[in-house]
Amino acid sequence: MSGYMQDQKAIDGLVRSHQVHRDIYIDQDVFRMEMRNLFVNTWVFVGHESQTPNKGDYFTTQIGDQPVIQVRHSDGNIHVLYNRCPHKGTKIAIDRSGNTGKFFRCPYHAWSFKTDGCLLAIPLKKGYRDTGLDQTESAKGMKAVGAVKNYRGFIFARLAAEGVAFDAFFGDSLSSIDNMVDRSPAGRLEVAGPPLRYMHKCNWKMLLENQTDTCHPMVAHESSAGTAVRLWDEMGQKGPTPAAMQIIAPFMSPYEFFEDMGIRTWPNGHGHTGVHNSIHANYSEIPGYMEKMVEAYGEERAKQILGESRHNTVYFPNIMIKGPIQQMRVFIPLAADKTLVESYIYRLVDAPDELLARTAMYNRMINAPTSIVGHDDLEMYERAQEGLHVDGLEWVNVQRLYEEGEDMETEAVVNGTTERQMRNQFHAWLKFMRAPGSTDAQVAAQ
Amino acid sequence: MTFPTKDDLIDFVYAEARMLDEGRYTQWLESWMPDGHYWMPLDYKQEDPNLVTSLLYEDNFMLKLRVERLNGARTFSQKPKSRCHHVLQRPFVDEMDHENGRFITNTAMHYVETRLDEQFLLALTATHELTLDQGILKIANKRVDLLNSDAAFGNIQLLP
Repeated sequence: MSGYMQDQKAIDGLVRSHQVHRDIYIDQDVFRMEMRNLFVNTWVFVGHESQTPNKGDYFTTQIGDQPVIQVRHSDGNIHVLYNRCPHKGTKIAIDRSGNTGKFFRCPYHAWSFKTDGCLLAIPLKKGYRDTGLDQTESAKGMKAVGAVKNYRGFIFARLAAEGVAFDAFFGDSLSSIDNMVDRSPAGRLEVAGPPLRYMHKCNWKMLLENQTDTCHPMVAHESSAGTAVRLWDEMGQKGPTPAAMQIIAPFMSPYEFFEDMGIRTWPNGHGHTGVHNSIHANYSEIPGYMEKMVEAYGEERAKQILGESRHNTVYFPNIMIKGPIQQMRVFIPLAADKTLVESYIYRLVDAPDELLARTAMYNRMINAPTSIVGHDDLEMYERAQEGLHVDGLEWVNVQRLYEEGEDMETEAVVNGTTERQMRNQFHAWLKFMRAPGSTDAQVAAQ
Repeated sequence: MTFPTKDDLIDFVYAEARMLDEGRYTQWLESWMPDGHYWMPLDYKQEDPNLVTSLLYEDNFMLKLRVERLNGARTFSQKPKSRCHHVLQRPFVDEMDHENGRFITNTAMHYVETRLDEQFLLALTATHELTLDQGILKIANKRVDLLNSDAAFGNIQLLP
């Protein structure tokens, strides 16, 4: 209807330095182009290696709208394959995780594949003799994605066979993953249980923008954080501080606190809140943890690692991590107006369990479909998704602390209430929307 | 007969569901022991409430906060308010230990929640651990297992 698929240049007109057009959130063609270009050209998070610890272990998810399987091959390496039998299209695995042994076997006609995707066997193979099957894509087995990178346990994939390299795409933003992993005395994380799964009737980018929106907590979350502070006062602040207070109350911090927190942006749409301070900075110390860290890293390095209080780090296009509490939120786009949010927690290997208990508490208090904080966020997104249909007022403003001539291709550290990171994301959005993505190596090479 | 009888326990579970449906939260909070937890696991047959994520694992303070918030002037997700409805199968009384004041019931329920034009249904099993506090039955702990606890949900705003 809108014609963006026919006129790719029209996409350029959707992003201005200080505002973006509402079609970015509500148009079906724009969404399809995101799936065909943006999510093909960029490095997208797949899963953590600890979700597939043993040979034959697999985990199913999707990259953009493409169903994929993360699987541990017999040589110990992790592969990412499209979840489709090359024969008739049947999904090879539909459970969320499992172990397939030494090979995948399609349940429809028993074509089987090694765990790196290579075709292993076809029943009644003589029926294909002299048919030219070996010249087809079907004979190549389960198709692998364009490229896979295991960065300190986090598996990323680029669907496109050729394109931006992993290190060039993420650059110095990888320091946030480093800090999260370094917080384990063993330098290792392990996923802890299944993720929360929260369905949002809104565009995935609204969630992404909200991660560095420091002007909403004290407003949208007054009903939860403000009420918590009031209740605790009314109780005379007697007895031990309720755990909920440590986690929820900082949301009510004044604007000045968030301004001073700072925001850093990196090229390609990555960025984080909490450069100098953050709402995660004042959690109580867990006995025995510092000792373990000093033992592992030495005092100076241990203090340096724990001195970081990065709040939310956005890895463009669709994840956010919280280093200080080892969480990841994945914004899986399902439609222009539908997004599945999965919230994972990780155990710091060799650290006291109390840290994981606090992380699990944070996850259920803030990220669950039953969360009194999440309720108000989702309410705002869904109201926006509907409100954006108003004709004649078609632009979304991202102008806060805008400066003439901002260069998103260089790192910057600025006032914590800026919307620069949102502008940074749209700059990257346009960049990776422009190049038509190709998952075919030959086409990409031409 | 010694209090509580099997019927007393069953009546208590029905009455609690009615309190939630009618929004009588002050009375509902008073029916809890101060150290009780309301647990709604995320995983099927989950055993650990602490080191993996749950949908809810709330102490007295969190439950108080949760119901206080429902009445706030700036509780945007509750403008307009949600309504809920429990349909109970007759509870099983799984444990009656008068000596230690420990009583356990297991109740299958259908829970319906609605707001604006949306309505959803959850099938669940509630396990009530009840105890006596100065001769009055109270909730020591409550566990709610959703049949599809691992599914993706939109907002669940009231208490199943």
